[in-house]
Amino acid sequence: MATMTYVGIEVSTDAEGFFADPSKWTEAMAPQIAAAEGIAELTDRHWQVIRFMRDEYERKGDAPNVRALSKTTGIPIKELYQLFPKGPAKLAAKIAGVPKPHGCI
Amino acid sequence: MIGGGTGGTLAANRLRHRLSPADEIVVFDADDRHLYQPGLLFVPFGLAPPARLVRSRAAQLRRGVEFRRTAVEQVDLDHDRVITADGGALPYDVLVVASGTRLALEATDGLTGPGWGKRVHTFYSLPGATSLAGALAAFEGGRLLVGMIDLPIKCPVAPLEFCFLADWFFRRKKMRSSIQLTYLTSLDAAFTKETCNRALSGLLERKGVELVTEFATGEVDGAQGRLTAYDDRETDFDLAVLAPLHEGASCVARSPGLGDALAFVPTQPTLQAKAKPNVFAIGDATDLRASKAGSVAHFEGEVLSHNVTRFLAGEEPDARFDGHTNCFIETGFDKALLIDFNDEIEPTLGHFPSPVGLPLLKESRLNHIGKLAFEQLYWRAILPGRDIPFIGASMPLADKHLEKAE
Repeated sequence: MATMTYVGIEVSTDAEGFFADPSKWTEAMAPQIAAAEGIAELTDRHWQVIRFMRDEYERKGDAPNVRALSKTTGIPIKELYQLFPKGPAKLAAKIAGVPKPHGCI
Repeated sequence: MIGGGTGGTLAANRLRHRLSPADEIVVFDADDRHLYQPGLLFVPFGLAPPARLVRSRAAQLRRGVEFRRTAVEQVDLDHDRVITADGGALPYDVLVVASGTRLALEATDGLTGPGWGKRVHTFYSLPGATSLAGALAAFEGGRLLVGMIDLPIKCPVAPLEFCFLADWFFRRKKMRSSIQLTYLTSLDAAFTKETCNRALSGLLERKGVELVTEFATGEVDGAQGRLTAYDDRETDFDLAVLAPLHEGASCVARSPGLGDALAFVPTQPTLQAKAKPNVFAIGDATDLRASKAGSVAHFEGEVLSHNVTRFLAGEEPDARFDGHTNCFIETGFDKALLIDFNDEIEPTLGHFPSPVGLPLLKESRLNHIGKLAFEQLYWRAILPGRDIPFIGASMPLADKHLEKAE
């Protein structure tokens, strides 16, 4: 466990920076988390993905992987990698304040 | 029952044993060829003759289970019926979706383009594994790239096992020094489970296998011998062996409300589909977090047959699948590792299933013998739906070193 401070609010995260409690996340925190990951500005396209990650997590208890993300949002995988360069599903989940997507083992 | 593979066959046989003779069980499949999938790994190295791996699906079903050799077009959830490709319709009280996964070769640009079957191969199908045997035998050296494009894939350790066996294969041929062996994965490590990852990464290093992580393959160029990732990284190869992307069965994709974006069936721990309480799913067809592996289907079989029986009797399904997975990992030189884990407990050191048993997470000859013996166990006990002594659906903890694993 670690602690981070976003917009003046302390939140618990795992060692990689994923939120321990997604309910502590607010939209105002997203730009700061993104900036720390090298994304200077969150465009509407970024927000479409971030909000989708939140919805999916709330509905299913797990964030989608990149293929499901692409198929459901209609955003091509290539573009997802341009928006969230280090791994779209993981990075979007982090910025959206939800736990790291599990994928399958 | 849609599908006469591992999950469908063992579930039908278990249910035949439990249900009254008046209850009819029908299994649909498009063909009558049941493939022993764990054997595919051995085919490219000449260690398993392809013909031995295939038997009749119908012959694996107990008396009193009807086999219909027909492809399923779709499931009509609203009217509780299965519509077949020949235009027929069969109503059901309970449906079990055991339709497995499909290799989505078309989902990766260029995969089946120039070089497919020559420089670019897969061992995830019998024709693929068979043609790869020829390519490995003729390989004269260079960069052999073994890769996994993205999860989920069947038996997620199989590409790693392929690396270990390739190392053994080329050492035996006294060619290992002219081969650069690389394992490429979309994950951030060799494997997802932490303790297991440490053991497997150590093995890769010891066997001189280069590890490339977080490589999300977007395009395959078999003519040039090059993979390009979505983030524009590139890597070259002389021979590539890839686990293609997997999706759920086409009939699930065609059935409104049944599958998710990748055509896997959203499934609860009771193995009931989220779509409807009289629909169940087993094996690779589910969206459960467990591995897509025969052992998972076996452990699920006990839960599923119990719950379907209760459902038909008007009772609440009360058994839950805990994610129990068990697999032998072939490491070459007649040795293998064994791992055993579930949703809560990581693979650990110790012995399975009790102190007098197979060593866990350690290379041993005994585990290799266990892996080979499993083929007979599969046809004679797993498919007929027999319970195997000491190896039940719930994971055993008798000799697991839960704290000492590293």
